[in-house]
Amino acid sequence: MKILVVTEQREGKFNKVSFEILAASQQIAEQTKSSVTGVVVGKGVAALADELAGYQLDEILLVEHDLLDTYTPDGFTLALKQIVESTQPDLVLFPHTYQVRDFAPALAASLGKGMIGDCTSYREAGGKLIFVRQMFQGRTVADVVFAGEAPWIASFQASAFRADLAKKHATGKAPVKTVRVDLKPEQIRTTPLELFREAKQAVDLTQAPILISVGRGIKAPENIPLAEKLAHAMGGELCASRPICDEGWLPMDRQIGSSGQTVAPKLYFALGISGAIQHVVGMKGSRTIAAINKDQNAPIFEIADYGVVGDLFEIVPALVEELEKPH
Amino acid sequence: MKIGVCVKQVPAKDAPLAIIDGSAWIRESDIGFETNEPDGFALEEALRLKEKHGGEVVAISMGPERSKQTIKEALAKGADRGIHVADNEFFKLDPLSAAKSLAAAIKAENFDLILTGLQSDDQGFGQTGVLLAELLGRPHATIIMAIEVTGERMKLKRELEAGWFQWVELSLPAVLSIQSGINKPRYATLKGIMAAKKKEIATVDRASLGVRIAPTQQVERIYVPSKTKKTEFITGQPKEIAAKLVEKLRHEARVI
Repeated sequence: MKILVVTEQREGKFNKVSFEILAASQQIAEQTKSSVTGVVVGKGVAALADELAGYQLDEILLVEHDLLDTYTPDGFTLALKQIVESTQPDLVLFPHTYQVRDFAPALAASLGKGMIGDCTSYREAGGKLIFVRQMFQGRTVADVVFAGEAPWIASFQASAFRADLAKKHATGKAPVKTVRVDLKPEQIRTTPLELFREAKQAVDLTQAPILISVGRGIKAPENIPLAEKLAHAMGGELCASRPICDEGWLPMDRQIGSSGQTVAPKLYFALGISGAIQHVVGMKGSRTIAAINKDQNAPIFEIADYGVVGDLFEIVPALVEELEKPH
Repeated sequence: MKIGVCVKQVPAKDAPLAIIDGSAWIRESDIGFETNEPDGFALEEALRLKEKHGGEVVAISMGPERSKQTIKEALAKGADRGIHVADNEFFKLDPLSAAKSLAAAIKAENFDLILTGLQSDDQGFGQTGVLLAELLGRPHATIIMAIEVTGERMKLKRELEAGWFQWVELSLPAVLSIQSGINKPRYATLKGIMAAKKKEIATVDRASLGVRIAPTQQVERIYVPSKTKKTEFITGQPKEIAAKLVEKLRHEARVI
């Protein structure tokens, strides 16, 4: 089998999910005795192709064009369609980012193919790949297989694979091949304008190793400082479930969940969060999950490593005190 | 502006889901259904655009007979008419076949703008908007948090990851997938509910559209995920709990 793995970069930097999908491709390739070709798309991104060449890959395709400088769905769909048609892979893998969900289904359709998106894992059974994805907001999972002829297009959710497991090249570097694509300005129907951040002090929660998260159990905005104290004592960032941000008790950019950010910190500490699936999908990849909730049947305990059934207003101050003791 | 908005009916959030053994769907007989929450934001946005720029809002839903209820709710909130693409086994369609069917059903409407929610709370493929755009030859943008229409041009605020946003511009006609939270969806008024009774719902049998279904993917089965973690419950007085938990986080999990 021939696998094409499409990385994602913004402003000259790979995002972490690129290495996660790279690790996924390497794993699939090992099991199915496939070759893996890495793809870098953009303008002035030769250095990124070189960086990627340091990983265990058979080849790197460097796809550069003036019209690929800033992402547009038309530019990326047209460019990658040409790449897929000329290289004829069996499987094309993407990280399931906002950018990918914006154009990959169109790319698949333009090739007359389908896409299995947002997968969390895969299995190989008798030479066939079975992709696993969630349905009903995580209340069920589904085994999905491709039907019909290759190429098949799939994307994996962030944190589905570990970026640090992406294997480096054993002997040196993979060859980088520059590939030309034909794009005309009139084919790009979207005009991308400036990138910006809403809040001045917007924090990238995805990069925070420790997150203290508050839910409805915090009861009132005047109790937020209590959680803030815990965050401070642990050296973590404060975040919240959707209702807290909807109420304006914390800014929207601190929301975790299906309509907020997806995070996978070392420690996720849930305070008064019941664990509705809309929230859980955004944090279940966390390495360690601790939860305090007064309801012992709260679904958050289904995914928590450490659970405390009790009153957070009694336990959190005790935790802060404990953390502030010299050790 | 003539706006089509795709609304899907999905199992109610609190509905107990019973999977039909060895199948890719759930037992429908004992559960309630509701309008897919993300589609409610798309509908609200469509209604606001109509209020601002004039025109018409058409609610489109594919699915069995029960999905008409979702169209009726959209009409009660202010949509002008509905299109029901009838298919009792809609759940069996892959995203591409579903989008091809929808595209075939609405092509002749020549909408200036088609809106969808971000994804459905049941299958959650999250592809319909992008596929409709591709199949209808329209430009598109997804995860939209604001729409400003000036003549034939639209300025759109797209949500990116990690707190970033981007403004993009494109021309009508177009297809947009709306991000949840863009607005506060209205409730239907009694007057709206009464008025909806007089509004038209056109039913098109999906099989009559002549769309060739060649599945690109197959959901083999769905099942309840197995619990992967075992929770260690920490008990005692608050001070004891705090001491034990900090000890575990420091020396067992080694995360602080």
